[in-house]
Amino acid sequence: MALSYLRSSSSRSANLLRPLSSAASLRRPISTDTTPITIETSVPFTSHQCEAPSRSVETNPSELLTFFRDMALMRRMEIAADSLYKAKLIRGFCHLYDGQEAVAVGMEAAITKKDCIITAYRDHCTFVGRGGTLLEVFAELMGRQAGCSKGKGGSMHFYKKDSNFYGGHGIVGAQVPLGCGLAFAQKYSKDESVTFALYGDGAANQGQLFEALNISALWDLPAILVCENNHYGMGTAEWRAAKSPAYYKRGDYVPGLKVDGMDALAVKQACKFAKEHALKNGPIILEMDTYRYHGHSMSDPGSTYRTRDEISGIRQERDPIERVRKLVLSHDLATEKELKDIEKEVRKEVDDAIAQAKESPMPEPSELFSNVYAKGLGAESFGADRKEVRATLA
Amino acid sequence: MAAIFQGVGAAAPLSSSPSNSFDSNKSVFSPRRSFSVRKRASFAVVRSDGIVNLNPKGRSAQRLISNAVATKADSPAASSSSKPGHELLLFEALQEGLEEEMERDPRVCVMGEDVGHYGGSYKVTKGLAKRFGDLRVLDTPIAENSFTGMGIGAAMTGLRPVIEGMNMGFLLLAFNQISNNCGMLHYTSGGQFTIPVVIRGPGGVGRQLGAEHSQRLESYFQSIPGIQMVACSTPYNAKGLMKAAIRSENPVILFEHVLLYNLKERLPDEDYICNLEEAEMVRPGEHVTILTYSRMRYHVMQAAKTLVNKGYDPEVIDIRSLKPFDLHTIGNSVKKTHRVLIVEECMRTGGIGASLTAAITENFNDYLDAPIMCLSSQDVPTPYAGTLEEVTVVQPAQIVTAVEQICQ
Repeated sequence: MALSYLRSSSSRSANLLRPLSSAASLRRPISTDTTPITIETSVPFTSHQCEAPSRSVETNPSELLTFFRDMALMRRMEIAADSLYKAKLIRGFCHLYDGQEAVAVGMEAAITKKDCIITAYRDHCTFVGRGGTLLEVFAELMGRQAGCSKGKGGSMHFYKKDSNFYGGHGIVGAQVPLGCGLAFAQKYSKDESVTFALYGDGAANQGQLFEALNISALWDLPAILVCENNHYGMGTAEWRAAKSPAYYKRGDYVPGLKVDGMDALAVKQACKFAKEHALKNGPIILEMDTYRYHGHSMSDPGSTYRTRDEISGIRQERDPIERVRKLVLSHDLATEKELKDIEKEVRKEVDDAIAQAKESPMPEPSELFSNVYAKGLGAESFGADRKEVRATLA
Repeated sequence: MAAIFQGVGAAAPLSSSPSNSFDSNKSVFSPRRSFSVRKRASFAVVRSDGIVNLNPKGRSAQRLISNAVATKADSPAASSSSKPGHELLLFEALQEGLEEEMERDPRVCVMGEDVGHYGGSYKVTKGLAKRFGDLRVLDTPIAENSFTGMGIGAAMTGLRPVIEGMNMGFLLLAFNQISNNCGMLHYTSGGQFTIPVVIRGPGGVGRQLGAEHSQRLESYFQSIPGIQMVACSTPYNAKGLMKAAIRSENPVILFEHVLLYNLKERLPDEDYICNLEEAEMVRPGEHVTILTYSRMRYHVMQAAKTLVNKGYDPEVIDIRSLKPFDLHTIGNSVKKTHRVLIVEECMRTGGIGASLTAAITENFNDYLDAPIMCLSSQDVPTPYAGTLEEVTVVQPAQIVTAVEQICQ
């Protein structure tokens, strides 16, 4: 088995990919093959106050195909959510993650379910990465009982306690102190796991972030702060909001790493490096250079503050799924047709989940009053007519 | 769960009220009874194993101190070891409660400014850092927003942090964390996460501390869904409420008062907690129900002395539970006396008294012979000058006048 070295380029044309060995004729079974392959990331890492990890990432065909499948699933899910929103089945706020899938997928590849992840409101794909099912996603988005928060949370409040996914938060930046609290609990119970607290370039200017970073560095907490820099805080470009848009350097005394967030393998390498670092030396900041194709949310067209050329340019040159597709094809891990079949499969999965979610009923009226308290106090709640609506807050 | 209630040999039927949050398999007695006997009540203590002791001589019974106004302590010679229990100041009672809970459950930790090595700005956490170490008693930097958030994040995983605000007013900086994350996460996660935090600190009007350090935050927090609020007023209920709050699965905000930390009282030696949702009957009476909490309890009791001399018989209830209100005890009292006076330290606008007035009117309007009167602090920032500060807060003379007015 030859190890083929490849340089996967980001901004150059796709014709540079040339397999060095003639392994093309030896087709191995693709889905479970764990032959190691080493691939170089698109760009080297830039570091602040630490040694950058190597550009060469170890992976294998099975992992690459998992990346492809998972990212295609996430992409399809978000596009389906877009249609559901326009059909008024999803209401309120809906923040879509398409374009940023590589961050969710690369992070999962580097960590275990014992490590905690907490993020802001752009959480659909992170939830799926943590093991959430499509049914739970769509049911929650449509406010049905089968949703992960029983329909009471909505798009911005996805949680999955058993795989240590802590949500799902609407207020910008408020999840970062929570994330440092998770890291504190991990240190308290000494279970050798880390917390990834994700936030955006907009939240990077919140004071509570620096407060939490100070405390984490002071107490040596295994907290990894990940800035998903998609360059726009809703409608404001990063250079208009931050005096220093080098978010990986903003930690000052806390080391940082800048990563190409559209390259799942680079994300994986960085997260692996960060986990080792955090367990030994305390907090570290990762800045993921990524991009969202949709606007900030469904009510934002996304084109008033950026040009369509910019969006389509990134889609052509840096799209995470296309990058993995090219890698897979150039290494002969699968054929075009097989990849297309995976995409078809994924599409069907999403459609089935939507159909199933549509069947799930709305929550019962009594659910309005449940889960207010962990243990009921007997406090009563009633409507205008005491006989008609009268419930005990549970 | 142990409860504190008064039994004076009353023959009232024992029934468990629908709104109590006791473990119903443990408690047999309803703790709330209306009293027609005006007597010095003695307490019976229900222990956590459900055994009720009605014999005050056999165990350390607590005599109700109905006129605890000033901080005058018993002289040391009198409080000898012949009496059961031990004497503690209120801040020591809080410390004892906290220490006992930290010993009992290794998940309890304390975080706040100067709680560790300094011992706490009001000495509530004195000695804890030495005993439990830096990981359980955490000195935070001055960053309320983030350390409150961190406490809540830690609670999501199962730890039980006690978050101290050096002064309640500073917790305004953490309002987002308290409202959105502390109060609402249990609901928005569909019940997946519980947030068993205790947020505590001193508030209220002190001695010329200035406007920003004399805030009463109970009125700001009261609408947040999902949290519980309690206010302690005596060393006994301070320790009991602290322990109950730590053991509670809900997030609890415990309001202490800056001027009450040096009150002295004799506490039982054994383990006890106070029910978080229950009001305390301070002085049973006939003519008017006076509802109060925290420091105003003492102003009310001082006024009660004058009122008794003038021939009135006020019933004084320390509501203790600010959210939810103990409408059972309050209701029984209203049904007996038919007149209500609320005395609070909150501002008039949107204060606890305002909510309580609405709650009583909604539920017990038919039993009222007179409109509810609510005495609150003035809607002004607390001034520095002593004479002005006195006027913003309700004084005993005003309480006497109000009772005379109501009982006309």
